Amino acid sequence: MTEILSVEHLNVSLKKDPTRFLVRDSSFKLSSGKTTCIVGESGSGKSLTALTIMGLLADQLVASGSVYFNGVDLTELDNKAMQKIRGAQIGMIFQEPMTSLNPVLTVGFQIGESLSAHLGLKGLALKLRVQSLLEQVGIPIERAESYPDELSGGQRQRVMVAMSIACEPALLIADEPTTALDVTVQAQILMLLDDLKKRMQMAMLFITHDFGVVSDIADDVIVMFRGEIVEAGSKKQVLENPQHPYTKALLACVPDANGKKQLKPIDYSWLDKDKVA
Amino acid sequence: MINSSEQSSTILEAQHLVKHYTQRSGKFGFGKTTVKALDDVSIALKKGVTLAVVGESGSGKSTLARCLLQLQPFDQGEVLFHGQSLTQLEPNVLRQMRRNLQMVFQDPFASLNPRMRVGEIVGEGLLIHGLGGAKARLQKVHDMLERVGLAADDARKYPHQFSGGQRQRIGIARALILEPEVVVCDEPVSALDVSVQAQIILLLKALQKEMQLSYLFITHDLRVVRHIADEVVVMKQGKIVEHGTVDAIYSTPQQSYTKDLLKAIPGQH
Repeated sequence: MTEILSVEHLNVSLKKDPTRFLVRDSSFKLSSGKTTCIVGESGSGKSLTALTIMGLLADQLVASGSVYFNGVDLTELDNKAMQKIRGAQIGMIFQEPMTSLNPVLTVGFQIGESLSAHLGLKGLALKLRVQSLLEQVGIPIERAESYPDELSGGQRQRVMVAMSIACEPALLIADEPTTALDVTVQAQILMLLDDLKKRMQMAMLFITHDFGVVSDIADDVIVMFRGEIVEAGSKKQVLENPQHPYTKALLACVPDANGKKQLKPIDYSWLDKDKVA
Repeated sequence: MINSSEQSSTILEAQHLVKHYTQRSGKFGFGKTTVKALDDVSIALKKGVTLAVVGESGSGKSTLARCLLQLQPFDQGEVLFHGQSLTQLEPNVLRQMRRNLQMVFQDPFASLNPRMRVGEIVGEGLLIHGLGGAKARLQKVHDMLERVGLAADDARKYPHQFSGGQRQRIGIARALILEPEVVVCDEPVSALDVSVQAQIILLLKALQKEMQLSYLFITHDLRVVRHIADEVVVMKQGKIVEHGTVDAIYSTPQQSYTKDLLKAIPGQH
């Protein structure tokens, strides 16, 4: 297991108001063959962290700190150099499979795009590679000729997975990839991602707000709250023996299916004390 | 908890509801297929009870909700409120009846008119049904807002000034101000963060106890169901595949589809 990515003292703030931090002083490391989940509520900065790693921050935002990917600081790279890494060495999957796919291009063409761009594949070699990718994600190869609207939500997300792993990236970033899906389809996609991660020994950064998903897929867990990492550790440590009051409170309000748990609304009483101290 | 004789009285009942849609399909939409959104669906909602309708997208659960409230016509079947068929009512009688049948919607951002003040949104039902004078209405709106955990002052604000969870509270206040007997909740917490979700679930439960409400709770989240429902109906492709108490469904599911759904709940391995 080798370290693939190291995020060091990452800050994201508004360009207009640099004192307003959306992500503050966040540091973590990702290793190959491991899934790290970032959990947090909306606005906690989990998606911004992922976007910063990929160099896709909106123009109004500015990042500082370093993101070392295989020893190279990604924040120092220009757009052209970053484009070579994005899609080739770092794969991405987004939440909405319908809006992430181009409706007027066939699925096969879209999967093949990054293969021809990054690896220069064409003709029969490209076609065969696309077919093998479709097979890997469990879609019949004839589907290469289909358009996105002819596929179900789960199949579309499988296509997204095929696109993201096309160039066998060392790191896969998945931003809420199953949130828009039905539970049974979600379970299939989670299994697929876990399987691919093991087979390809990728590092996976998995963003979610669902603790159920975390406990199914994570090796390590990072908990974010209002732009800061409040707790990080192995899945067992964070889920079974949470240390930070926010993690404890958040876990207490997650509904569960066995019916024994008493739901508790979240308690922010620790917050002020913490800020004063 | 309410006593058993009361519990057994059925308030709202659907008998053999059928609703079909025709959809264009195939190349350029020249073909036609029939979608059976509701295929002979019967349910009964009892006083003070929460009946959860679970199913995946396309199972017909939202169509069921809309047909029950007469927000959408159906092809066959009957909806009975206190034994009276709602389809046969005169429009103005039906309007009167709607007081007792309210709805809380899924998306707290889309379901509140951005140009109306919260007080107008919550009080609109009172106005339509001609309940009370201006002063009494305002007082009722203030009371209701406080009951759902907002401040009376919030009546003067606009929806955009509130967070998602607060907006959902406004939606709940709007539904409950007419003191309905039945509230249909269509995925009321699925757009919310878990922390807010827990607050809203607890609020709905507390209000149910206070006001003796019957909830028809539509959701795809089987974890939420466990916390709020007394009875569960599982739907698949327009049909009810299983019906039982919440304990029975979770501990001894009978149908393979229910088992698959339960198995797919994340976080139990």
